[in-house]
Amino acid sequence: MADDLQHDLLIVGGGGAGLRAVIAAAEAYPDLDIAMLSKVYPMRSHTVSAEGGAAAVIKENDSLDDHIYDTISGADWLADQDAVEAFVNEAPGEMIQLEHWGCPWSREEDGSVAVRPFGGMRIRRTWYAADKTGFHMLHALFQTSLKYTQVTRYDEWFATRLLVEDGRCQGVAAIELRTGVMRVVKAKAVILCTGGGGRVFPFTTNAAIKTGDGMAMAYRAGVALKDMEFVQYHPTGLPGTGILITEAARGEGGILLNTEGRRYLQDYNLGEPLDVTDPSHPQLRSMELGPRDRLSQAFMREQEAGRVFEGEYGTYTHLDVRHLGERLIDERIPFVRELAKDYAGIDPVHEPIPVRPVVHYMMGGIDTDISGATSLPGLYAAGECACVSINGANRLGSNSLTELLVFGRRAGHAAAVWAKEHPDFDSASIEAQGAEEQARIAAAYLRPREGGERIAAIRRELNAAMESGTGVYRDQAGLEAATEAIAGLRERGANLALDDHSHSFNTELTAALELESLLDVGEAVAHSALARTESRGSHQRSDHPERDDERFLRHSLAYRTDGAPRIEYSDVTITKWPPAARTYGS
Amino acid sequence: MTSEATATRTVTLEVFRYHPERDDAPSFQSYEVPYREEWVVLDALNWLKDEVDGTLSYRWSCRMGVCGSCGMMVNGRPRLTCNAFLREFMPGPIRVEPLRGFPVERDMVTVLDDFMGKLTDVKPWMIREQEQPVEEGEYRQTPSQLADFKQFSMCINCMLCYAACPVYEHEDEFIGPAALALAQRYNLDSRDQGNAQRQELIWSDEGIWDCTFVGECSAVCPKHVDPAGAIQQAKVEATNSFFLSFLPFTPPGMGR
Repeated sequence: MADDLQHDLLIVGGGGAGLRAVIAAAEAYPDLDIAMLSKVYPMRSHTVSAEGGAAAVIKENDSLDDHIYDTISGADWLADQDAVEAFVNEAPGEMIQLEHWGCPWSREEDGSVAVRPFGGMRIRRTWYAADKTGFHMLHALFQTSLKYTQVTRYDEWFATRLLVEDGRCQGVAAIELRTGVMRVVKAKAVILCTGGGGRVFPFTTNAAIKTGDGMAMAYRAGVALKDMEFVQYHPTGLPGTGILITEAARGEGGILLNTEGRRYLQDYNLGEPLDVTDPSHPQLRSMELGPRDRLSQAFMREQEAGRVFEGEYGTYTHLDVRHLGERLIDERIPFVRELAKDYAGIDPVHEPIPVRPVVHYMMGGIDTDISGATSLPGLYAAGECACVSINGANRLGSNSLTELLVFGRRAGHAAAVWAKEHPDFDSASIEAQGAEEQARIAAAYLRPREGGERIAAIRRELNAAMESGTGVYRDQAGLEAATEAIAGLRERGANLALDDHSHSFNTELTAALELESLLDVGEAVAHSALARTESRGSHQRSDHPERDDERFLRHSLAYRTDGAPRIEYSDVTITKWPPAARTYGS
Repeated sequence: MTSEATATRTVTLEVFRYHPERDDAPSFQSYEVPYREEWVVLDALNWLKDEVDGTLSYRWSCRMGVCGSCGMMVNGRPRLTCNAFLREFMPGPIRVEPLRGFPVERDMVTVLDDFMGKLTDVKPWMIREQEQPVEEGEYRQTPSQLADFKQFSMCINCMLCYAACPVYEHEDEFIGPAALALAQRYNLDSRDQGNAQRQELIWSDEGIWDCTFVGECSAVCPKHVDPAGAIQQAKVEATNSFFLSFLPFTPPGMGR
């Protein structure tokens, strides 16, 4: 093994949360030796694909308590209220900070930042940069990070294992993709900012890189994955590709129609529709601006009733923005127009957009406290890979981009302090672990093998098991079938045969390692969903249709074992907002 | 089943292959891939990688034209392969190569070190004499001030413009279209005061004056950033500034 590398603080993942953590640590402690390691160049991270906006209270008609309440009720009361309070309180400062760093927010005529309505929010508070908000946030953060010369970047390095000694995380083993060499990167503290694992599903808005690698690394190191049963289906993805059509299309006034031309959401306790010419349309927390879980569920019930269109790539309903007119569409949602033209072959100025629910986001993730710390000393997590939890059973649109900032900064600070207080390494032991990991990967994947399985075949079957067992509506039989299928795939996954046994930029090897991550994530999702015999937010059990606060107003914690994961529960923190019925449209 | 029902339309992909551990020189390998109306070139490559040849190497991620990973030469033109439909190139063959002008790491994977260095060189971050405290709120910026630079902020760093640039192909020193457009993005931002700090590099021989205004960068840009326009604007500013330096006063309307 080549020389080892050593830093005070290592951030794994270069998206919004990772970059915010890097900048926070660099600003607070200029003498800290910081490294960022990612399997892609930072500006390729999936934050780039976020479209609609980022929520923070900024306008005078808004209040912190309103944002807190919307978030908690949107989460179906599964969010930790102390975490939500911290999130909402710190959000405006973080958003202004990003403005100061150059993010090109859309503006009002007087030069103040503009805000738009978003689903489940009772007041307009979603900041936006047209409909490429994530793209602009990511590039502003990345470009700002370039001025900190104390930051070493390991671009296109793939971390495969957390190195743990004396009960403390002391770095990672990672493959430098260009050379294929496995290296040990030592660090006094590690922050995982590796995003979600939407690619465990076949139909997702998520980019190819979103394979849950950080979640899986933490899970293997004994850290719990929390609330993994809560998977968000975004109500408006393009059939076939799963490309996201932003909620901002509805925030600007777009409507959802079934085959009868009816705004069907009115039939699902989401309020009464106003005519699109009514000045009060779109109504906040109502109809098309209801929360994502409820809208996706409404689609499935329309499908059962036979009121959806049948297309070559599955069923769909219509998202109609024609009444907005070309000028507004080009000003506010130009990317929607571009994507619909390129990937659905229609121009939304003249035709409705075909849309269907699509896997978008994981509310669950690595169990952390309010500062991003995990149960493993020296290990922190932030962003989609983490579960603090502010999102509970259903995340509100435009809360996740802000979450990257607030909890990226918090984790950056907390991990920096930990690193300063714990200067020592157990070098010999973690180098030995690195060598062990190198040997494991070489034995598993880099030797010719007769009659092994193809990566794509296992991945396809995993995708199919997840879709049929852990979709919008779930039941015991389907979930049991999914868990059995995943267990079988795990065994077969140990017998992969790769075509590529070379070193330099071996993307087939990374695909095999990503499949390991997906299997871990899928297992945690399916087992957590099987154990939660209630319906809450995005987790709908057709065999247990009611919310059951008595038994399940609790976070699930999935721990990895040699067999099925062990599921435990922890309490939800309630501060001022006792659980209540979740109502929209009133 | 009739032969008509089983007959599948295919298209030939001629793919650039180079493996540094094995090959002295690059070569092309031909593959037959299924033709589908809705497939992009990237779909065809992914099908090959999954089903036929796992050794094929290339970058990709978002498959919706915003992450900037999957730029390649397709029939000689720089394209995002997630947005290059097979149907544009029928009946084929379709030739797929790494982006021109960059060293090749393996197959379609190029080395980005030079580009990443140049991005940093233009200081693409807010430079201000005085930071306004966050507590005092956002900097005001009107929609028209935003419009002054918005277009140049749309760059996804896909590097198609470098692959199209005849100057960059021969002069490694040239900062190149995307990085120059990014410099201009900050220079034109009403919140930024770093123009002077960026000038030395931007106005140097490796900067805007190296550009011979072929305009191919803007022609291939998938996000309509118009780097050629950014470079032209910067040239005009530099020229004005040069002549203004001879004047004893600043004419009205030309103050900076």
